[in-house]
Amino acid sequence: MHGFANPARFLRIARPMTGPLLWGGLLLVAASLWWGLTGVPAERLQGDTARILVVHVPTAWLGMAGWMAIAVASLAELVWRHPLAGIAARAAAAPGAVFTAVCLATGSIWGRPAWGTWWVWDGRLTSMLVLLFLYLGYLALAGAVDREGGSARIPALFGLVGVLNIPIIHYSVIWWNSLHQPPSLTTGGSTMAPEFLWPLLTATLAFSLLFAGVVLARMRALLAAAQAEARLRRRALEG
Amino acid sequence: MREALDQWTFVIAAYAVTALATLALTAWSWLAMRAAERRKDRGR
Repeated sequence: MHGFANPARFLRIARPMTGPLLWGGLLLVAASLWWGLTGVPAERLQGDTARILVVHVPTAWLGMAGWMAIAVASLAELVWRHPLAGIAARAAAAPGAVFTAVCLATGSIWGRPAWGTWWVWDGRLTSMLVLLFLYLGYLALAGAVDREGGSARIPALFGLVGVLNIPIIHYSVIWWNSLHQPPSLTTGGSTMAPEFLWPLLTATLAFSLLFAGVVLARMRALLAAAQAEARLRRRALEG
Repeated sequence: MREALDQWTFVIAAYAVTALATLALTAWSWLAMRAAERRKDRGR
């Protein structure tokens, strides 16, 4: 892991990967959206709205995976002082927040025809909304630390504490009575029919590739900004 | 009485929200990266 700690080595690996992940992921996302719209049949109980799950489930997964990435990177920053870990955590925050917001929006749009309401304050929806607020808090905190020059350990600690919300989101439909359905996809298998499962898995792969591309692009942007800032400071000290 | 909702309106709305947010995120990430790397290279 420390092999990637050198920014020059990281850039040698990241530069050729960013474009293909970003644009290839976007192309695959477009294809999976088309598949979801035209290839998924109407479901017996949910009707046409079952197609919304093809976009809702991958964005929910990435909202949670994004915070897991922040937590792992924060741990690496706090324990091993990995030079790129803080940058990786910051880079995962914006796409994580966007996908969490999209998950909440698409879930709400699905809920209106399926449940007869846009929103209910049940465990799954509320803990997902808390995740969005955690992302916004993390972005504000990391931005303030970068601007004001505070300790980088503060957002890292926030990232680690916030991970407590992830098991709450996952188990909320088991622990509490919820309108939200229990998981259809687990490590033990799937209760979904193949005509729903394959478009869903393809969309999940597509959004995950795009997410990885966005994180690499954000890391490169943050690294370039830090290097430019360090050069300006060096020149100011020399001059 | 059950409301007669056109389900496709909701499907299109959900896909439109997802597509727009994904496109905006991708474009912003790419352009911000290019701009930051250009700024860094100009300072050399």
